[in-house]
Parts: sequence; structure tokens; C-alpha cells
Amino acid sequence: MTIALSQFDEVRLDHVSRDFGALNALRDVSLTIRRREFIALLGPSGCGKSTTLNCIAGLLPVTGGAIWLDKSRVDTLRPEERGFGMVFQNYALFPHLNVRQNIGFGLKMRGRPKAEIDRKVDEALSLVRLQGQENKLPGQLSGGQQQRVAIARAIVIEPPLVLMDEPLSNLDAKLRLEMRAEIRRIHNELGATTIYVTHDQDEALSLADRIVVLRDGVVRQVGTPKELYEAPSHLDVADFMGFRNKLKGKVAGTDNGRAVLDVEGARISGVARESLSAGSAAYAAIRPDDLMVGEAGPNAIAATVDTIEYRGREFVGTAHSAGGLDFVFRSHQPVEPGSHVHLRADDQRVLVFAEPIQGRQ
Amino acid sequence: MDALAPTAPVEHGPSLRQRLAARGFDAVTLLVIPAAIFSLLLFVYPFAFGFILSFEPKAGGDWLANYKRFFSDPFLYDTIGNTLRLAIPVTLLNLVLAVPIAFRVRLMRRQRLLTTILVLPITLGTVLVAEGLLNYLGPQGWFNRTLMTFGLISQPLKLVHNYWGVFASLVITGFPFTFLLTLSYVTGIDPALEQAAATLGASAWQRFRHVYLPLLMPGFAITFCLSFVQAFSVFPSAVLLGEPAGITRVISIAAATAAFEEYDYSMASSIAMIMGFVQLAIVVAVLASRGLFYRGPASGAKG
Repeated sequence: MTIALSQFDEVRLDHVSRDFGALNALRDVSLTIRRREFIALLGPSGCGKSTTLNCIAGLLPVTGGAIWLDKSRVDTLRPEERGFGMVFQNYALFPHLNVRQNIGFGLKMRGRPKAEIDRKVDEALSLVRLQGQENKLPGQLSGGQQQRVAIARAIVIEPPLVLMDEPLSNLDAKLRLEMRAEIRRIHNELGATTIYVTHDQDEALSLADRIVVLRDGVVRQVGTPKELYEAPSHLDVADFMGFRNKLKGKVAGTDNGRAVLDVEGARISGVARESLSAGSAAYAAIRPDDLMVGEAGPNAIAATVDTIEYRGREFVGTAHSAGGLDFVFRSHQPVEPGSHVHLRADDQRVLVFAEPIQGRQ
Repeated sequence: MDALAPTAPVEHGPSLRQRLAARGFDAVTLLVIPAAIFSLLLFVYPFAFGFILSFEPKAGGDWLANYKRFFSDPFLYDTIGNTLRLAIPVTLLNLVLAVPIAFRVRLMRRQRLLTTILVLPITLGTVLVAEGLLNYLGPQGWFNRTLMTFGLISQPLKLVHNYWGVFASLVITGFPFTFLLTLSYVTGIDPALEQAAATLGASAWQRFRHVYLPLLMPGFAITFCLSFVQAFSVFPSAVLLGEPAGITRVISIAAATAAFEEYDYSMASSIAMIMGFVQLAIVVAVLASRGLFYRGPASGAKG
């Protein structure tokens, strides 16, 4: 393998901020990325994940803080001096250059000898499995092939850091799964360090070594996919991790890391994820997978079924309570829309969060 | 109603209307008729009339007499060179000025204000600009007075009634047009392409040279042609600001002289035909050179 990515120990974002006029797109983001890590920046649109990536790439100047590559400060450098490889959402392939010229562009700009460019481009072509396409123009390629060219173009310059901005969002569902596996394979084969921006938690969970959840320009939680999936730190992170049922209630009692909520007269107990005080408003968060049609009793709440969908192994339904809460639940048996049921969740699978403070925190 | 009428038997195949529609002729096609009549009456007929007239010399005789006279009299054939010597440098200068400004304006928020200011000269018209320059650049104008006040020159520079007066006027009236066209081409290029080039290590000059320029060349060629044709037909400023009997005796002056001083409409038509041919030759040459460049869409790729 002659494509040898330049190595380093860590990239450090040190209290990075980015303002657009009065809008703080990023506030005090601190993050350390270690060598060979695959980091996903995850969040809804407008959370600052692309801003973070653009700040690292140098396409946007930071307005506060610093970015370090080991001991050298990079946020003062122009993008062309940083040498990070970037894969753009729309690929940004040069339409007038063929595949070979697109991939070799970065090496040519660096004035490398032609023989070296040819050798490295060949190798990048085989790494992304595009041999035989090198003389086509980008317009003659399918979306997945364009994606591969964009990746090859970014890694052939042997960047210490590979940045990817929602690279799969323009592909259809099947190709997305295929390219997802490809991206991870290329990352592993090269021993790359990758920062990957996405709004799709599935993508983040399946690709990343660590996930950074952003919201309103603030880092909400950093952790492995398992940590985030099982123990989201805040209600909004939980929402992103698929806890679609958010039952608002009052804290009836807390005990040793557990909390009991009063939700429309029903007692729902679960694991307290934040400090809670008795009598305050709180949310019980439950995944649709964990909310099942069952018997009345502890951790069950009465609801009226609205819709029911067949999903092969089971049924997924929506329902609402008398107090106006909405539910998404799972059932082994079909239930009639309009029927009254009790929806239950195991108290180990319920997470309890304090009510988020309104506005930006 | 048609919709309720029984459908035609299958063996008849598609109706005439359907067959015409399949070839692109439908009711909407009829909407081009007014425009077609308009161009027939105001362009095709006068052009054909002038073309034929140019072969019917006033003095009679040889049907090519007008063209022979034009190309044997330096006072006449020099006008081609005079006009080209004005139109080509002016067009190139306008393009060279417009490109960096368009690159800057593309990033600005208040684009509309600046665009409005730059477009004003178009609305003023060439005569007003010529009159203004006559005063401003004249021997007693502000420009010369200012330079003299600061002691930069001891006597007024001769800036009007020569080549440079016409040149300045053509730049001022032609620039907005060139600029607007250039701006539309420049903003048509996906900014992500430049960002991608930057992350790949291309300096600002390399990004322009290897990404923008090749994508913009076809647009620049069109801009050049349109701006050139405008400059080539210069008349008012060549008379008012230039030296209409000498260096700025442009081809349109020759045509006007033939028509309105010699009352030789046949000769004037010949000159107009020659003028049209020269323009066409340059435009065709420039447009043909576009084939050397990439001409597809200038965005990154299909989404």
C-alpha cells in the first residue's frame, strides 16, 4: 500500500465557537479525536455539525477557540494549507475533469511527479473499486460511483484527517447501506482518522467508534454507540436515539438512581438519567420496541389505538391517551384501531429525564 | 364536446393532432407566430432588401462594383481595421475588468445595490455618456484641471477627439453589459467546487486556473461575442468623442456617409453587409473555439 496517510496522535478542538452575526452556530465545542478513530457528528439540521466540519476543514474561520493537530495550531491556516481530505455532500466533483484527473487533482496541485500521481491514482481507484471508469466524466457516472470518486480524491492526498459531510444523503436506500459498509472498509484499510457528519442515527451507530451529539451548537453527549443507545444523557439525545415515546409527568419519588413518575394517574417507574426533585415535571422516554400491549398494572398506561401497521414479525401501532399523549408501540397480535389497550414497558427499559429548560441552554 | 365523442376505431392509429404533437407541433407552437411575423417584417425583409440592393450599384454596371470600390479605397477598407482596433481591445478590457469584480460581487450580500449602480450607464445611453466625457475629459474638464492643480502635468492631456475618447466611452457603456453576463456565469458555478479544490491543496490562483477558468470559458466566449458586437457597431461616441475623419472613422461612419451624404443607399447597404460579415466571422471564430473546452453543466454533479 503506497497511500500512507500522514499520522498524528490527536486533533483537538479547544473551546471552538463560530458566530454568524448574532447567531452562535457553535459554542465552546471542545473535543479530542484520537488517531484512527471514526467519529460521527450527529444532530438535527441546524445543530452545527456541518459548521464544525467546515471549521475543521478551514472553509469557515472560527470566531473563538483553537484547533490543534498535535502541537501545531491549524485553525489559523488556510484550507489548502491544512491538507485534510474532504468529501462533500454533493460530491463537488470537477465536471470538466475525468475520473483520473479528479482523483489526481490534489497531487497535481502539490506538483508531484506524474509517475507518482499515476501510481497513487491507480491505487486509489482500486481501493474504491472503480477500475475501468477512469476516463469517464463525472456526469457519466452513477451517484454511487461519483461518491467513490469523491472518496478516492480525498484520500489520495494522504490526509491526516478525512472529513465527510453527509456523504450518503443523496443516495437511495440500498446504495446507502452498500456505501456505508464501503466507507468503513476504506477507513479500516487505510487506518484513517475520519470525522463523519450525519443526521441519521443508524448511520452514526453503525459506522462510528464514538458519536458526538450536537444540538444548537453545543455538544450534548459524546460516547460510543452503545453508550449513546443505552444511556442517552438528555431527553433530546434520547429522542435522537429512537426514544419516540416521551411521556410527560410529575416526579412522584426517586430512589437510588430510579424514579417514579405520575403520568395521567398511571405510575411509570424507570432509570433516572438526570437529577430529579419530587413534584417537578419530568419525562419518561420509551422506545417503540419496549412499549408493548399488555395487562393493566404497574408501568402500564391506558390508551386508544389509532393505527396499526403490519411489519412482518409483528405489528407497530400508534395510540393516544385520554390526556393527549401520543404513543408508538409494538404488538404481537393485531389490535383494532379504536380499541382500548394498556401499553406497558419494562421498568429497566424506561429512562426518566428532567424537563428540558426552555430555549437554548 | 370532444371528450364525450366516441373514440376513434383502433385501426386508424393516432390522430393527426397526436402525430403532430409527438413531433413537437401543438397549439402552443402557434404562439411563436407573432414573433415570427415581427422578425420577418423587421429583420428578414430589410436584411434581404439591403442584401439585394448592395448588388445594384447606383451607377449601374458590374453587380460587384460596390464591393470592389470598398476594397480598393483605403478610406473605406481601413474602417474595418479602425473598428476592430477599437472593438476588440475594449471588449477584452471589459471582460478582464468584469471577471475579478464578478468574483468579488458573487460573495456580497448587497449585490443588488451594487448591480444597480453598475447598470446605470446602460440606461444613460451612449450619447449622454459621450457628452459627459467630452466635458469631463476635455482640455478644460475636471480631469485635466485636477491633474494640473496637483502639478502632475503642465498642459492638458488630449483625451477626447481621438482614439482614447472613444475607447473610454465604449468601456463605460459596454462594461455593465459585460459585467452582468459575467456575473451570471460566475454565480452559476457551484461554490462547493472551489471549496473542494481548496481542501485538495489548490491555492487561490490554482483554483481559478484549474476549476473556474475552464468552466467559465464557454460563458466568457458568449460574453465576448455579445459585447464585441455592441462595440463593433459604435457610432455616436466615434463621432462625438473621436476623430471621425481619421483614426476613429469606424465602419458605421462609412455607411452613414454613403447613405446620407452621398445618397448612395446601394453602397451603404454593401458596407453594412461587409460590417455584418466581419462581425459574423469573429463571432463564429470565437464560438467555434468553445469546442476546445468542457461545455456541460457547471455544478458539481447530479444530486
